[in-house]
Amino acid sequence: MSDATLAGTPAVVDHPADDHAGGGHAGHMATTTGLSNNKLAMWLFLGSECLLFGGLISTYMLYRGRHTGSAGPAQLWDIPLTSVSSFVLLMSSLTMVLAVSAAQQRDDRLTRIWLSVTALLGSTFVGAQVYEFTSFYHEGVGFTTSLFSSSFFTLTGFHGIHVTVGIIMLMSLVGIISRSDVPGDKAEVVELIGLYWHFVDIVWIVIFTLVYLIPA
Amino acid sequence: MTTTEHVDHTDHAAHDEGGHKPNSFYIKVAAALAFITGIEVALYYLDLGSWYLPILLVLMLIKFLTVVSLFMHLKYDNKMFAMLFYSGLILAILVYVAALMTFRFFDGS
Repeated sequence: MSDATLAGTPAVVDHPADDHAGGGHAGHMATTTGLSNNKLAMWLFLGSECLLFGGLISTYMLYRGRHTGSAGPAQLWDIPLTSVSSFVLLMSSLTMVLAVSAAQQRDDRLTRIWLSVTALLGSTFVGAQVYEFTSFYHEGVGFTTSLFSSSFFTLTGFHGIHVTVGIIMLMSLVGIISRSDVPGDKAEVVELIGLYWHFVDIVWIVIFTLVYLIPA
Repeated sequence: MTTTEHVDHTDHAAHDEGGHKPNSFYIKVAAALAFITGIEVALYYLDLGSWYLPILLVLMLIKFLTVVSLFMHLKYDNKMFAMLFYSGLILAILVYVAALMTFRFFDGS
């Protein structure tokens, strides 16, 4: 046991042999689990988010048949538009993983570029969602029109908010990296935001299939 | 006694071997995901009858697990992270399948 540990001061240590298995990076603070607390917290948060989106998806599945007249999923969905926006979000996961890769190679310029491209693709997705919501509204389907519309707007709206929060985090990170003001391990910060972004993508993978492609 | 012990290793090559692949690998994975998405959309316009739903669910599962395992590096990372995430996921599936079955059982009764 080191002197620093005996004195109650957290020791900053690194074990290259099991570094990745420990989920840490060079120079992270020693923890009781041997894992990065930040990363542990992020995975715990994502696990809890499964329960949130599980509830919203279940509610939609339950109420998707509760609509009046012609204002149902079969009449409203624009599959080509949604397919393109799904593709865009999927590609944003690629650019995000490239940003993480660049951050681990300590290439700040490339990291900022990939983060910005990810944010741009995310913005395109949100733009398509706003367009979709607007067109539904013009067709007479609002939030309180039916149980179907309420559950649909709540589910996809929550997902859209998550994407928007992700875009804000990405752009903030670009700014912080530009000022070389990243607290702690830069690669880990990029990786944590990457985990959040990928989670938003996998939630959409489920929504796209269960909500859009499976007929009510 | 209060000094902070800092040992920084910059051997990122060793780190990269663990879970982080070359960019070309991620591009190939993304291309595969895009291809599967294309198949999903194509299936929507085809009439596969009772095969449509199971095929679609399998494709969705493949995409989901690919992103989680390879893009989120859960396949290569510490098992504790996988346990935390999959615990939440499995709990969500069990809770909501139970809830949906309850609604179905009592619907119209």
